[in-house]
Amino acid sequence: MTISSDPKQVTQICFDRINIPNQNKLSVARENGAYEFLPTVLNDFDSAKIINEVKTSGIRGRGGAGFPTGLKWSFVPRNTGKPTYLLCNADEGEPGTFKDRDIMRFDPHLLIEGMIMAGFALDVRDAYIYIRGEFLHEANVLNEAIAEAYAANLLGENILGSGYSMNLTVHRGAGAYVCGEETALIESLEGKPGRPRFKPPFPAVEGFYRCPTVVNNVETLATVPAILKFGGEWHASIGIPNNTGCKIFSVSGHVNKPGNYEVPMGTSLKTLIEDYCGGLQHGSVPKVIIPGGSSTPWLTAEHYDTPLTYDDLMKAGSFLGSGAIIVMDETADLVALTRRLAHFYAHESCGQCTPCREGTGWLERVMKRVEGGKGCAGDVTVLKDASEHMAGRTICALAEGAAAPVLSLLKHFPEDVQTRLAESSK
Amino acid sequence: MSADTVRFSEERLAEIAELVKRYPGPQSALMPVLYMAQEDFGYISMDAQKMIAEVLGLRLMQVREVVTFYTMFKEQPTGKYLLEVCTNAGCMLNGAYELADHMCGTLGIRMGETTPDGLFTIAEVECAGACGGAPVVQVNNIYHEKATPASMDALITQVRADGGVE
Repeated sequence: MTISSDPKQVTQICFDRINIPNQNKLSVARENGAYEFLPTVLNDFDSAKIINEVKTSGIRGRGGAGFPTGLKWSFVPRNTGKPTYLLCNADEGEPGTFKDRDIMRFDPHLLIEGMIMAGFALDVRDAYIYIRGEFLHEANVLNEAIAEAYAANLLGENILGSGYSMNLTVHRGAGAYVCGEETALIESLEGKPGRPRFKPPFPAVEGFYRCPTVVNNVETLATVPAILKFGGEWHASIGIPNNTGCKIFSVSGHVNKPGNYEVPMGTSLKTLIEDYCGGLQHGSVPKVIIPGGSSTPWLTAEHYDTPLTYDDLMKAGSFLGSGAIIVMDETADLVALTRRLAHFYAHESCGQCTPCREGTGWLERVMKRVEGGKGCAGDVTVLKDASEHMAGRTICALAEGAAAPVLSLLKHFPEDVQTRLAESSK
Repeated sequence: MSADTVRFSEERLAEIAELVKRYPGPQSALMPVLYMAQEDFGYISMDAQKMIAEVLGLRLMQVREVVTFYTMFKEQPTGKYLLEVCTNAGCMLNGAYELADHMCGTLGIRMGETTPDGLFTIAEVECAGACGGAPVVQVNNIYHEKATPASMDALITQVRADGGVE
């Protein structure tokens, strides 16, 4: 690892080794520091120390919800007589998100090492990586890396003679966005349709097979080795308070160099787009920025200077989410884009909550007729009503995500909708 | 295929027996076993579903509700080459619809259809999670990023010239 012990020098954590070729091979990964600190953790650290370091680090879940990871771990009841499970959420289905894929295909051992450390802290015997079905290549890379780790006694019985044992299994999903929601993921891993569960009970208390379960995102787990090596305080000094560390942003849409960029938290949206992504394809100011994946409310040019943090994006009226930034320049057809996203949510609704199952259908049908020039004056009211009756009335957040693009379109670009409706009445 | 002929090989059954041990309960092995069936038989027929229910000790309904919930499990045969075009946000902003239209034109079929020779099926799919390489086309689950009408035409031409031999 070339990560600096001086937090002021740190610009990347998860992507530190990402450009080294053949990093997926254990020998190469080890030459570059993989598993170097693992024996220290297994022999000299205990559960309380690890959880404390992760708490101190301030890291918040990188999958979308931004819940403090250390706190999540501390909710796991001990000595219940039941096993505790660790599940890595590698479902990565939020439109615009493609960061975890790069960690898994280029540096799988970073994730495996993070999972061993997390598993050790939580007294986990069986851990699973739930990876979206489409990522067949990434699942194969992980399976090869895991086989190598088993052969080197980094997984399995009595890891490196420490007395700690952990199994790790890769489990493929099969094309269902909702399985990225942690309780749906648990249902799916139990061999059922991925329908979210009511909370509480939270998975920490009653999750996989009704046992205590921790579900963490790939990027979150991949940050654990650095946090334990350099300390929670070190991580807490990167970024800004309450928004600590580095974050991978997946930038797509109308930028010249789309891709994954890991930067310290607090870097501005404008810096990321102009300095890292080579600016916009057309014009100099974006028309719309979706900052945290398709389910997050849109930002417009006035928020171009917003620092990329959980708190600043919330202040701007949106969310950091998974760090998936979809950028649109002046050429974007926002009505068509909203219709496409409405189709996505209608397709992916699991159907168990009426407001979501029916609401997403209404949003798609109405957006389709507005786009197709068959809309009518009352459609704006229908879209608003349907959107407002979905959020907060369902088991999971999918409905809220479905409403976000429609409400954003109506709020920021009502004239785009009116133009289509005017064409319709001709 | 009848229920008698849809059978896993002895090797597969041994693999499944090992797989089941990795989970707290056998139902967790259902999705991986469905993938095995799809690989072995091309698609997951009703007879295959009945056989899987038997192998894992599940009710047929438990198998059916999973097969029908997840889009990657196919109950009908598809073309030898399944071309899945992502048209979600990132890909749409980078010409995915124009690409899809072009590919349908080259293949002479509409979205969702299979060519009469059984070589190609084209389908529109949801976000593939590779938006940095938009537009993305999956060809039998292999990602083709920054796909263009020319690159997809070349792929189709190549497959046709090879007569579909991989």
